[in-house]
Amino acid sequence: MTAQLLTFYLFSGVILISSLMVISTKNPVHSVLFLILSFLNAAGLFVILHAEFLAMILIIVYVGAVAVLFLFVVMMLDFKTSINKDNILQYIPIGILIGVVFITELIIVLINTKFDLSNIQVLPNPLSDFTGKSNTEAIGSVLYTDYILYFQLSGVILLVAMIGSIVLTLREREGVKRQVVSEQLQRQGKIDLVDVKPGKGVDI
Amino acid sequence: MIELNQFLILSALLFAIGVIGIFLNRKNVIIILMSIEIILLSVNLNLIAFSYFLNDLTGQIFSLFVLTVAAAEAAIGLAILVIYNRNAGSIEIEKINALKG
Repeated sequence: MTAQLLTFYLFSGVILISSLMVISTKNPVHSVLFLILSFLNAAGLFVILHAEFLAMILIIVYVGAVAVLFLFVVMMLDFKTSINKDNILQYIPIGILIGVVFITELIIVLINTKFDLSNIQVLPNPLSDFTGKSNTEAIGSVLYTDYILYFQLSGVILLVAMIGSIVLTLREREGVKRQVVSEQLQRQGKIDLVDVKPGKGVDI
Repeated sequence: MIELNQFLILSALLFAIGVIGIFLNRKNVIIILMSIEIILLSVNLNLIAFSYFLNDLTGQIFSLFVLTVAAAEAAIGLAILVIYNRNAGSIEIEKINALKG
């Protein structure tokens, strides 16, 4: 057992256990925290696979943005988990059945198959020799040249997602007083200076 | 030395956990969104494992785009969740039956 194999087993074990905890805990906050743990360990696996840039992106984007977004929503919404036990147990057989069938099929296929990667014809690699470069440099040299269209399209996807989520969650509240600066500046001639006599009072 | 099959088996297990989470969960929608994130993570793991063992960078680029789409999907899904909770007052899956499905 090399150290690499030991690290792989450590990371993958933690990923599997924490993913199981994500779908099995009652408290949604705990689910989000286990999801974060799972992402962190997946980033470790990416580092083992020499994909350092994606590992850091996973930590920044997923742990820093998406999981924190989940955490915000979980804490803002008021979950009333008032479901009784019978309803939950009703779906366990079909869930277990589908999961077991899925896992057994995939594991049977994967254990019996020995992938011979030397015979696979991959597409012409745009950057065949990136051994001398760092991972980030290699990705950058490919991403902004050969994959520039997809890069721009992913930017459009993010823009649409941003506009969509803003439009969905924006609402006009009734009875909220706002400052309108232009109306304030145009208030001319509406101010009367009243010379109040002592003891008389003033009519408005 | 780690083989490709180990990564693929781990990815398959992770995918199955995500699918089971979608089926098993009846409490709220947000766990289903997290299960979808787990599924996308397993797909990313697959892509990066093949990218490493084929010595080809395309898998990593593709994984980057999958990450982008997953982030957009999480944002939109959570926005829909918030607005549904505001309108219906609950996000329990048992009570989401407006379409009588």
